[in-house]
Amino acid sequence: MTQTVLAIVFGLLFGFVLYRSGAANPQRIIDMLRLKDAHLVKVILMAIGTSSLLLFISANMGLIAPHFSVKTAYVGVVVGAVIFGAGWALSGFCLGTSVAVAGTGRKDAWVFILGGLLGAFVYMVIYSDIKDTVLFDKLFDGKATLVDTGVSNYHILIEGVSTMSVAGGLAILFIIIAFILPASKKI
Amino acid sequence: MIGFLRNREWNWLSSGILLGLVFFVTVAVVKPIGVSTQFVILDGIVWNSISKDLVVKDEKAKKGYSSPNTYLNKSGGKYAKNIANPVNYSFIFVIAMFMGGFLAYRLQSSPDSKEDRSMPKVWRDNFGSSSTKRYLFVFLGGFLVLVGARLAGGCSSGHMMSGMMQTSVSGYMFAIVTFLVAVPTARILYKR
Repeated sequence: MTQTVLAIVFGLLFGFVLYRSGAANPQRIIDMLRLKDAHLVKVILMAIGTSSLLLFISANMGLIAPHFSVKTAYVGVVVGAVIFGAGWALSGFCLGTSVAVAGTGRKDAWVFILGGLLGAFVYMVIYSDIKDTVLFDKLFDGKATLVDTGVSNYHILIEGVSTMSVAGGLAILFIIIAFILPASKKI
Repeated sequence: MIGFLRNREWNWLSSGILLGLVFFVTVAVVKPIGVSTQFVILDGIVWNSISKDLVVKDEKAKKGYSSPNTYLNKSGGKYAKNIANPVNYSFIFVIAMFMGGFLAYRLQSSPDSKEDRSMPKVWRDNFGSSSTKRYLFVFLGGFLVLVGARLAGGCSSGHMMSGMMQTSVSGYMFAIVTFLVAVPTARILYKR
């Protein structure tokens, strides 16, 4: 029950904020990718910086017990990112943004989602043929993070330096870059 | 406050901070945000309603369900279980995202132009205003994005945002490769 309420509240918030941020506007995505408009890059860097900083500070102070969940690194992440990148540039949508804007009744977003459902279906069907190939060979020992997150089975890339200085430093670097990049033109 | 909520688009700073807060709160309270898995679940629900034996109860499976489909059966039948019981956190989250977008659009003080809502201007400038053409390529785009996201095990939300905030190596890999491909693709496709 609590989980359901949380899912509704967080989903509503995420959809609302994604839409207002301009990320759900394919014009903004394409203009970011063809390097004509820095608005969304600034948003993304600021969002990663803010969330990462809050996460590591509050975990460090013991304020929260965060639910770290890191995905495995394997060859398919790279190959998948190549295919994903092509589709993203072509359409100007990614998954979250297409869902948020489909909620407004935008037709091309619905078509994108239909294409996505077919893509997911095809993947589901071919998975048994590709699962034993090099695509699923692990990289960096699988689940890996740059810093020690306190989760014992994650492989840590940068050891011997305090978690806060690396994670916090990266987060602040992202925020600084977000501020330095030129402000966007109005659409 | 009300005026802020009704703005058509927020500036980058407010957008970035609020988006960051949503990602932080979800990791702090439940788990990182992810969207692409739910496309598999929805497909599975439809498929299962046509062929009843796609997902079956199986006490030997770790999650209590198994499937003749290898993908749905992996990780102890995790996806199979979610198809059998779609009312769970991740699925409702995505449904609520639709409503979040709808709400944002309805509350907006000035409407978007009809033209911009049918297709982005940059598309029109490069490929003309045929909606059939736009739909065809957007469909292909959606297909590629989902195949890519499933192969990679996540998308911009799961890998890029949620991953990088946790300093996940796979998140950095995904983000870097995605931009390395998407930027030249967009520059070639959209010259005007």
